[in-house]
Amino acid sequence: MGEEEGGHSPNPNSKVTWEGCSVLLDINGGDRLVFARLSPAASLKIGDKKCSLQPLVGCPFGSLFQVETGPKGAHLVLVSSPASSSPGMTEGMDPQEKNDGKLKGDEKDNRALIDDNRAQNLTGEDIDAMRRCGASGDEIIEALISNSSTFEKKTVFSQEKYKLKKQKKYAPKVLLRRPFTRSICEAYFKKYPSRIGFLRVDTLSLLLSMANVGAYSDVLVVDMVGGILTGAVAERLGGTGYVCCTYPGSAPYSIDIVRMFNFSSEICSRIVQTSSSSLLSAQDGDDEDDSSSDPPSNKDNGSMISSDEQSKKSTTDGSPVPVPTSVVNAPPTKKSVNPGMPASPDAIKLWKRRGFSSLIVAAPDMDAWSMVDELLPLLSYSSPFAFYHQYLQPLATCMHRLQTEKKAVALQVSESWLREYQVLPSRTHPHMQMSGSGGYILSGTRIFDS
Amino acid sequence: MLSADQEKQNSFQRRICEGDLVIVYERHDAMKPVTVRAGSELQNRFGVFKHSDWIGMPFGCKVLSNKGSHRTQILYIADISFVVSFLEVVPGCVVLESGTGSGSLTTSLARAVAPFGHVYTFDFHEQRAASAREDFERNGLTRFITVSVRDTQGEGFPEEFCGKADSVFLDLPQPWLAVPSSGKMLKPDGVLCSFSPCIEQVQRSCEALTTNFTDVRTFEVLLRTYEVRDVKFGSLGGDGSGGAVRKPPCKRKNRPSSDEENNGSMERSTSTVMAKPCPETRGHTGFLTFARLRCS
Repeated sequence: MGEEEGGHSPNPNSKVTWEGCSVLLDINGGDRLVFARLSPAASLKIGDKKCSLQPLVGCPFGSLFQVETGPKGAHLVLVSSPASSSPGMTEGMDPQEKNDGKLKGDEKDNRALIDDNRAQNLTGEDIDAMRRCGASGDEIIEALISNSSTFEKKTVFSQEKYKLKKQKKYAPKVLLRRPFTRSICEAYFKKYPSRIGFLRVDTLSLLLSMANVGAYSDVLVVDMVGGILTGAVAERLGGTGYVCCTYPGSAPYSIDIVRMFNFSSEICSRIVQTSSSSLLSAQDGDDEDDSSSDPPSNKDNGSMISSDEQSKKSTTDGSPVPVPTSVVNAPPTKKSVNPGMPASPDAIKLWKRRGFSSLIVAAPDMDAWSMVDELLPLLSYSSPFAFYHQYLQPLATCMHRLQTEKKAVALQVSESWLREYQVLPSRTHPHMQMSGSGGYILSGTRIFDS
Repeated sequence: MLSADQEKQNSFQRRICEGDLVIVYERHDAMKPVTVRAGSELQNRFGVFKHSDWIGMPFGCKVLSNKGSHRTQILYIADISFVVSFLEVVPGCVVLESGTGSGSLTTSLARAVAPFGHVYTFDFHEQRAASAREDFERNGLTRFITVSVRDTQGEGFPEEFCGKADSVFLDLPQPWLAVPSSGKMLKPDGVLCSFSPCIEQVQRSCEALTTNFTDVRTFEVLLRTYEVRDVKFGSLGGDGSGGAVRKPPCKRKNRPSSDEENNGSMERSTSTVMAKPCPETRGHTGFLTFARLRCS
């Protein structure tokens, strides 16, 4: 992910972009969300204008840019201070309320305003001419305001809304966001929810908590939600432990969303994909798979993890660390580590012997029980599991069977309820629109089979 | 337990030892933490249980049913998990928190920043800080948590953390007083979260946030749980039983029932597993307000 060729990836928590990194572009306050990569030729199309994304390289995440049209075409300009936007006006505002014009508690109202499309005196040609002369977006907006016959009659709130609407068209703003579990999940849930199985961000957060995902965990995952779950788990592991994506049959599920996270090589090397049959059939001491996939390289341990962790690993483990952690220095390949390599035979044997420390299944279109039945034996005793489904019934059936067959305790089927509020003086209320469902979770703890 | 030491991690081989903290579970809402000591006993209405019987047993094993009445944090897990995600806490992060309260969020934050990060938590009350410190020691998280006594509303966070915090969490009666200081502590684009039960507090906090923060969003999150039962519906036709007969799964095998068979199987063509929301549910915990520090 942006390592080696394509740009050096610094500290995975870097707050500044680098060449080749993955970014999430928020256009006009959430109207449009675009995932992009800051490669040299990268560009963004807004309306009918195409802007290069080069100005974004080396800027802090959270920076705001404005599209300016100059004689040479459109380009993105960093907005240095937020003086131009009016804080408190649109911040936290319900997106639906930004578009409707009725507000209470103001002296002026809109009774004298006639909507006949004749209020604006500037024509489209006038505006184009201004642009050709190098007028900035803000200047165009000022011109529109001064040429509007109805502007003065509007309420203060309406005036702001008018200005905002013109800004979006003539000086669109682009906010540079860091791709993170939260921002990626929200973007997908808003725009392409089916690609992530309708898994909402609060439900995803619950999966991570209920399965107790944290550093040094070995997490077994069935990810049929595009990779958002795998990415979220890997983020929490921070380069320790493993997230093993498993699948029935021979074809792994796509986990492309993982590529958007800007993971370092360490974290990528912790994301592996292995078929359930390989995991289940591995025996202690048997060499079932050929060792083609990974060259073990214990010596490179120290270069990739902090010195603290390294000294701990070498003193407390009796045996050398059985799983390879560094593939990035392997000479034959020029590419950086891709997430989703097959797990090494040593790793598989280790997991068979010790069990995984948690199990998370997000297979919103599959039968929950058959997955659970097959994979639960791989989970260590007294370890937690969390199953996500978009439907309630499969989880209810699954829970019932786990109870009757005495395979788990602390079983609970839950649904997370999330509501957002607009908080503004005299205008505080929940958002008008709300997500009806983020899916269901069955959680529990595996118990010792007698 | 959080540990790089593979011997201490949970696994098929791990056995209960003297000194281990175990959770004794009876029902989904009845659990009790117990420190295992040979020679000690657990007493409840089901009898007396010797800890020494547990030593050497695998974790996750069943002993005869025990009961506790400890109300767990399950009700708040929705808030905690949402906060950890929205604060974008990952290994290596530095997180500031005030107040510490029960330490339940602190624990989750510590787990999320481990092994490379740290949580600095501040509480107004000396006693609460002390008991939180004890809890963290018991959970083996002291390495990642520093507890201090401080009046953050009056004094803000310590200067030494300026520009060092990735995230800040506030659970204070008047969080707007701590907002300016939080702004100084956070790295640009760092995330702040304030938890307040009352909407008036939220309004004042949001007002205070507009100066230096952007992306201000306020949420409520609640967990709705479902109960699952094996239900046999009666019909209007002539079997006379009428109404739904609920059969709780597995526990009462010996209870006589009109169509109970010897094998105790619950899978009958006449009954179905049904889920319905639990009648009692939490109405409100608090509002969660998130904001990002503006890049200047």
